[in-house]
Amino acid sequence: MLRFVLRRLFWSVPMIILVTFLVYVALRLGTDPVKSYLRVNQRASDKKIQQYIEANGLYTGVGGYLRGYFQWLTGFLTGDWPRSIKGSREVWPEFKAAMFNTLRLGLVASFIGITIGLCLGIFVALKPGSLRDTTVNTGAFIAVSTPPYVSALLLQLVFAVYWSRWFGEPLFPTSGVYPPGHQGFDPFLMLKHMALPVLVVVIQVVAVYARYMRASLLETLNSEYMRTARAKGISERRVLVRHALRNALIPIVTVAAIDIGAILGGLIITERIFSYPGLGDFFLGAYENGDFPQLMPWMFFFTLVVIVFNLLADVSYAWLDPRIRLD
Amino acid sequence: MTDLQQPLSDDLLVVTDATQGLTSESVSPARLAIRRYLHHKGAVVALVVLSTMALFVILAPLTARYGVNEAVFKTSAARPNQFLPPQSVAWFGTDDIGRDLYSRLIYGLRVSLLIGLVSALMGTIVGVSIGAAAGMRGGRIDDVLMRVTDIFLAFPFLVTLLIARSFLSSVSWLEPITGPVTSVRFVIVLFVVFGWMVVARIMRGQVLSLKEREFVEASRALGASNTRIVVKHLVPNSIGPILVALTFSVSGAIVAESTLGFFGYGPQPGAGQTSLGNLVGGAKGALLPGYWWLVVFPCVTLVLVALCVNFIGDGLRDATDPKLDMGGH
Repeated sequence: MLRFVLRRLFWSVPMIILVTFLVYVALRLGTDPVKSYLRVNQRASDKKIQQYIEANGLYTGVGGYLRGYFQWLTGFLTGDWPRSIKGSREVWPEFKAAMFNTLRLGLVASFIGITIGLCLGIFVALKPGSLRDTTVNTGAFIAVSTPPYVSALLLQLVFAVYWSRWFGEPLFPTSGVYPPGHQGFDPFLMLKHMALPVLVVVIQVVAVYARYMRASLLETLNSEYMRTARAKGISERRVLVRHALRNALIPIVTVAAIDIGAILGGLIITERIFSYPGLGDFFLGAYENGDFPQLMPWMFFFTLVVIVFNLLADVSYAWLDPRIRLD
Repeated sequence: MTDLQQPLSDDLLVVTDATQGLTSESVSPARLAIRRYLHHKGAVVALVVLSTMALFVILAPLTARYGVNEAVFKTSAARPNQFLPPQSVAWFGTDDIGRDLYSRLIYGLRVSLLIGLVSALMGTIVGVSIGAAAGMRGGRIDDVLMRVTDIFLAFPFLVTLLIARSFLSSVSWLEPITGPVTSVRFVIVLFVVFGWMVVARIMRGQVLSLKEREFVEASRALGASNTRIVVKHLVPNSIGPILVALTFSVSGAIVAESTLGFFGYGPQPGAGQTSLGNLVGGAKGALLPGYWWLVVFPCVTLVLVALCVNFIGDGLRDATDPKLDMGGH
């Protein structure tokens, strides 16, 4: 087990370097950092431009790309991050703040969503083909087919815009973490601002996990060892909890770890609509400006998250299911 | 010995009787598939709804009440035509310059369906070829290809899409193929570049599970080349999963186009044209002033189309899965 994990960890390092290098090339070619710098800072002197090129390692040619990438990488790892092109701000403090905002939103939403989704899935799988099964299944199907911005727009329309017309003031605000000009920490106000974004993400997560759980549990319930467990004479409840649920959760854990990208993708779109200052907003803002010094750490961070969670998926699968051989 | 044989032959008799009973009504696989599809209520409804919509869209000049860029009536100070709520002159209301939303939705859906169908078809062809090649060849190339697609698929799709978009638009020698960034063609190329991965993975899995089977071996013994095996045996035998993947990539492309449009990176299809993405993107500005029709109708259309296509995909999956037992056939 340990050897397997260590080997996978070892291989994930070249993987990260390869993927981030591809991303680096795509960003350099795609957003053209020098041109975007000139677009944002139109009166930059030649000296400033030269400084910017050297700070970011934006050399030309094949060798220049490789050299620039490794210069960027060492700078990134040693904490020497180039400043953003717009306003020459430090990237890390903003990135950190955005990360915590996203983490808060994402954790709350995934926790609520996964819990409700799994419960719904179990509830439905126990009576396949019944009315509640069809209802939940169809509902989940509709929710999966609804992009997050559509549900966000509709929720904003009802709970903010029209609510304030009907009842004088909106039930939930539509943007930000706090109202503009607010100072200090206020958990209640924060929750109120998070309600709609969380709801949008929760809808997606619930639908996805209810479907997974239903499919997985149905498959487990139809397997031979369930009959064996019942034949042994243990109670139905024990059969369900100890034999069915535990086995049905194995594929879900794996899927959950791989799905992190999809949840983050939903967050990016949601954050943008609600002007929630998280990583998604950070990315889209940086993308609009072509802000290379902001985009690269973001992409590196995401590559890291994706690869680590892929690894976690494999390891957890092997750990939970003893039948998997680790070679 | 004779004691044993007696009951055995009895059993055999029973078995042959049973098979005779089953084969008395002979059903072709295609008919069986249709029957399974019809069993899926949602898929049938979806097919009807989507066909109706497609008909409306194809017959757009007849079904739309106004031209795509035509105001419902000439605006005047006494009777402005902007932001009219739904009424008899404009069923779904009008937008900021007095155009009929209903007609624009039909014309927009036309472009979006075109994008969805063309990019899904082309993406599937590319994906099937790459997946089949990876599955047949195996080895290091296959490993690297699948690992890299895994990673790319794990990224949030909007991020990959945006980065691929700026990457594609910066490569100048691709310009003749892709056209300008805001063209419909560019979006189609972008979705093909991006959409083959899922299909390739499915096709590769199919090839891996089929290529050791006897009929493939027989064909190889007769001297068939890899290409012939793929075209004549592997693709026809994987047609179910391929069709299902194709359907889901149609809805994927339609939703992706709308997402790009929503964030302002979508296609700007020619003078006087629109797409679902443009209309959904327009909903953003209409939200706070409370022009609900500009939000609700484009959003509902988008969800309806995506839902119908997904339901059809779900029905196709049931239809083409021979393991699925419907009972009673």
